Amino acid sequence: MGDQVVALLEKNGLITAFATVALIMLFSEWLSKRLTQGRLHGSAIAITIGLLLAYIGGLITNGDKGLADITLFSGLAVLGGAMLRDFAIVATAFGADFRTLRKAGLVGAASIFIGVVISFIVGALVAVAFGFNDAVSITTIGAGAATYIVGPVTGTAIGADSSVIALSIAAGLVKSILVMVGTPMLANIIGLKTPAAALVYGGLMGTTSGVAAGLAATDPKLVPYGAMTATFYTGIGCLLAPSILFFLTKLFF
Amino acid sequence: MVIYGVGLLAFCYLAGVILGDGLGLLLGVQANVGGVGIAMLLLIILSSFKTESWQPSPLSSSGIQFWSAIYIPIVVAMAAKQNVIAALSSGWLAIIAGTLAVAACFALVPVLARFVPAEDTMETNDG
Repeated sequence: MGDQVVALLEKNGLITAFATVALIMLFSEWLSKRLTQGRLHGSAIAITIGLLLAYIGGLITNGDKGLADITLFSGLAVLGGAMLRDFAIVATAFGADFRTLRKAGLVGAASIFIGVVISFIVGALVAVAFGFNDAVSITTIGAGAATYIVGPVTGTAIGADSSVIALSIAAGLVKSILVMVGTPMLANIIGLKTPAAALVYGGLMGTTSGVAAGLAATDPKLVPYGAMTATFYTGIGCLLAPSILFFLTKLFF
Repeated sequence: MVIYGVGLLAFCYLAGVILGDGLGLLLGVQANVGGVGIAMLLLIILSSFKTESWQPSPLSSSGIQFWSAIYIPIVVAMAAKQNVIAALSSGWLAIIAGTLAVAACFALVPVLARFVPAEDTMETNDG
């Protein structure tokens, strides 16, 4: 009987994922009200619980998709996959203020380039500090500090070692998870309260998943503005890192 | 009908992804350049298009609003499928590089946000 129920839940994976997330949200809202008097957003708690479950899922299965590697929860990979995520991000733009976009557009665009270059420099310097001294590895790790997609794309393009590419993906993952968890905590300090600030924030951080989750947990009204600039970041990063930034790195090493 | 809203959303999404991919090809990059951002702009422009004889019905709008509202649960599911183990177990280099990059970017948010024109001056510019 129990096995049959589990088999049915597995067969209806996406629906099971809806139910699972609903339960996580319910529990998180309850925690938010009970423990923090609503000061810590329910969605911030839910995202943190999601990450914890991903850790546990990874421990159990040794897979790379967190909780979604457990067959019962495989629907989470569909629900939380890039297709539905991006579809929902586009939907958040419905009702966004076009004037704000136009007004902050130039600064927002500049923030994307600044964000890519700053992350790249920081990542490259850390790579040097850890003893890397060839331009290819340094560039790849610097690119990984931009996002976990820019890292492997750059590494592949310039012929980096696969262990270095793995490091660059890990650096990008650390960044995205930190942005998810850190944004609601630091939002007040960095003045992340207006749509304009969200545009700049999205451009600087660049990790779509991190920005998407970070803003959702801070103030859902800001999501479209941050997501708008963040979605350009990976493309710009893939443009700059294997070309200009690689070339500049070669001047030093 | 609800499907009109969902359909408009789907159209914007697909058009954005196709354009973003084209932009990536044009720039010689192996990535989609701003596909989602282009889709968002399209949706903002198309959904604000109204004439006296035509405007989107509340039911059509609800087809978009549903997806906008389901966004946070989707993000929770996304968090639950992250490779957290890989992020934490690949050693100090990845953790330090990721952390410092985030710290530097957080610190720059208020600096850059200052360059955004203030609300009131913009009103006058808009005339």
